[in-house]
Amino acid sequence: MTAPAPLINLTIDGVPVAVPPGTLVIEAAKQAGVLVPHYCYHPGLPVAGVCRMCLVEIEKAPKLQIACATTVTEGMVVKTQTAPAKDARQSVLEFLLINHPLDCPICDQAGECELQDFVFQEGQAGTRYAEFAKRFNPVEDFGPDVLYVPNRCILCTRCVRFMDDVAKEPVLNVSERGDRAFIGIHPEARLDHPWAGNVVDLCPVGSLLSKDFLHKARAWELDKTASICTGCSQGCNITLDTRDEVVVRVRPRPNLDVNRYFICDHGRAHYKWMNRGDRIEAPLIRRDGELKAVDWDEALAKVQTILRGASGKAVALVSPGASSEALAAAKRLLSGAGFSWTGAFQIVMGEDAPLAGVPNLALRAERAPNAKGAENLGYTRDYAQALEAAKTAAVVLVLDEPDCAVETNGALVYLGTVLGNDAACRKADVVLPIANVAEEEGTFTNRDGKDQRYYQAKPAPGMAQPAAWVLGELATALGLAEATR
Amino acid sequence: MGYPHKPHPKETVVLSQYFGDADARTYKGWVKRGGYEALAQALKMDPPAVTDVVKESGLRGRGGAGFPTGLKWTFMPKEKKKPHYLCVNADESEPGTFKDREIMRWTPHGLLEGAAIAAHAIRAEVVYIYIRGEFTEPWTIMEQALAEADAAGVFGSIKIYLHRGAGAYICGEETALMNSIEGKRGNPRIKPPFPAAAGVFGLPTTINNVETLAAVPHILKRGAAWYKGLCLSNPKSTGTKLFSVCGNVQRPGNYEVTLGFPLKDLLNDMAGGAPAGRTIKACIPGGSSVPILTREEAEDTLLDYEGVVAKGSMLGSGGVIVFDDTADMVYQIMRLTRFYAHESCAQCTQCREGTAWTTKILERILAGQGKTKDLDLLLDLSENMTGKTICVLSDSCAAPVVSGIKKFRGEFEAYLAGKRQPVMVA
Repeated sequence: MTAPAPLINLTIDGVPVAVPPGTLVIEAAKQAGVLVPHYCYHPGLPVAGVCRMCLVEIEKAPKLQIACATTVTEGMVVKTQTAPAKDARQSVLEFLLINHPLDCPICDQAGECELQDFVFQEGQAGTRYAEFAKRFNPVEDFGPDVLYVPNRCILCTRCVRFMDDVAKEPVLNVSERGDRAFIGIHPEARLDHPWAGNVVDLCPVGSLLSKDFLHKARAWELDKTASICTGCSQGCNITLDTRDEVVVRVRPRPNLDVNRYFICDHGRAHYKWMNRGDRIEAPLIRRDGELKAVDWDEALAKVQTILRGASGKAVALVSPGASSEALAAAKRLLSGAGFSWTGAFQIVMGEDAPLAGVPNLALRAERAPNAKGAENLGYTRDYAQALEAAKTAAVVLVLDEPDCAVETNGALVYLGTVLGNDAACRKADVVLPIANVAEEEGTFTNRDGKDQRYYQAKPAPGMAQPAAWVLGELATALGLAEATR
Repeated sequence: MGYPHKPHPKETVVLSQYFGDADARTYKGWVKRGGYEALAQALKMDPPAVTDVVKESGLRGRGGAGFPTGLKWTFMPKEKKKPHYLCVNADESEPGTFKDREIMRWTPHGLLEGAAIAAHAIRAEVVYIYIRGEFTEPWTIMEQALAEADAAGVFGSIKIYLHRGAGAYICGEETALMNSIEGKRGNPRIKPPFPAAAGVFGLPTTINNVETLAAVPHILKRGAAWYKGLCLSNPKSTGTKLFSVCGNVQRPGNYEVTLGFPLKDLLNDMAGGAPAGRTIKACIPGGSSVPILTREEAEDTLLDYEGVVAKGSMLGSGGVIVFDDTADMVYQIMRLTRFYAHESCAQCTQCREGTAWTTKILERILAGQGKTKDLDLLLDLSENMTGKTICVLSDSCAAPVVSGIKKFRGEFEAYLAGKRQPVMVA
């Protein structure tokens, strides 16, 4: 390996920073703790330099420079808070606002709007554009989940550049010229690329809106939780936005190694099941041929009795969406209790949908967030064989596979979030309610072997507990060492 | 100018020698007049030697910026690792400018020859001549001339293509022009990278104006010293330049004079001054993008790059727009800003919104609805539109507003005070 090039030293608002050669001033400023206001710049897109918001003063430069297109040089002195720089940015805000409707009270972006934020930060209170009408264009339906509200558009072109250079499906453009300009869509195209939803996140204002999230919540009502997408095995980092303990939106969380700044539309829409109302809310045990609700002590005692009273083969049929902690605990429980253990999972398959402009980023055909984690722990993909083995096993443990077509002569313990109608798990001896991914903390291993943590976004319903906790309690009760982590 | 009138005795006829002479348009006719001799001479020379001659001549870009042409050519990579391109800016759209049109109409081979010499000097194998879309007649003439010259094989290994614009003023900006050639929207690019490093198709490119290149064969044939000697004032401004005079004059048209020529003589002698019974009030000396001069300033101006700057304006493209005492300066300035508002590419915020806003305020003033604060607002907007955008379209819109308010404030105030009949602006 060649030695990295020496760092470039510069000063931003008096703060010295050292950054690699080729770094843009706007990025170097972040290191100095300075956010230079900007609209068109986005680290995941090619530089456009058009909004002119990030004008800063650079010593020895004859005029103000845009921080997003200026590369650092040794000894550079950047000043973002001088009068000329502030005046220039204030004038850009004024220009942007003359045609921007002040409809923040009904705009979904309010509260997370960069125009709102920077006007609040350094804009002026009044307008000098009084008496002239603002530009008006009707709302357009761009695609399955995207609405375009041209009146709010500040023509930063992030959406155009995303479709051109990242999705590589150039269906958007800037149409017309001057102040008549708007974002146009190819007349025969729809914004239905599998990654098109990112334009909504990229839009710094409320011009591109998600139909799914339309008028669902105000930004300030949302709680945000770091999570991992369960849509496929890519392991995109996401934020779960919850309002009153309901997941209402999924947004990408930047991770340059996994998903950069983006998530696909499949992942974006893959949250409604997290809010299901038909959840198992209490432990159930079979009594007189029917499942009856009991408390945890009784249910756990029942499972202990089953495990202590059986020997021989045990089979675990698990979801590849279960956390590595739960999968490890299940394995430890069954093997620790002395069974000859097999574990297997099945994967739902779908279409592959790569994001052309980013290497190694795609909606993967394997719709399983933790298949790699399960494999690492010794679970196999040979689900058919495991189902066969289950028939003669002494104990079968099903982990959150509600539609699992299991048949067994042994005892059936089901840990799950829901009970399917007519499903085999309704025949279980014990049903233990568990939390879903939004309700617990855990780890997934993505297809490239990266372990990634997700966090609890909302409480589990009723008496449901994380599967790892349930299995750990059982192991402790059985006296297995290191049963809980 | 030679067309449609005979040259004025005070003109120095070089580029316009064959204006009006249809035979010079043909390949045979051009060769008969000594055409393509300079190219043959250049092709025998080492490319840097050609550049040196042009450098020595003092020739400067005639498109508006006045950058030394020979120096620009030296910016091309010394070591040729990639294909080089020459772009010819024939997208002459600056209001008040119509010199390149006449060069292409009457001496198409002169342009082709100059372009081929330049291509040889910068070691470009391909030349794109980007012709303004509205130039239907020049287009046809250029097409025919290129076909004849190609058939004669005068360009050697250099391939010349004509590219037709589609009617956007901004495509005359050099980097927008390159985007347009590439088939993209004609948006100016951020510089750096400069064209010599990454121009058309991302490859080293030099871009020159039609008039600049048309002068090159003359320089090669008659020598750098001859061209350098064509100078009436500042030694940094050499050679002849075509001035397109239009507006309130008796004989509008193109006039070719040696740089340093008095603007007063151009206006009064050649163009015949204001129409009978009127007097000249103001003049824009270099195309609509430069500050306006009052008559007093104009009569004291020498037409070279430095001389016009000394009077607070710029030589620009040499499009001289003349206003007489009947002209309504507020209306004229509104027409200019409306043009820029229409032509703004919409990339930069200040330009997209500022050009339109400026126009609306001027329209309001003309309609008798102006407010006392409007002049200060216009000046402040102009300040905010100057020096802050990718290209200079925004600055160009601000220049006539600022100079107009400064020099003709009384006309604005008359509207504001209700002393002038409001003008309904469609």
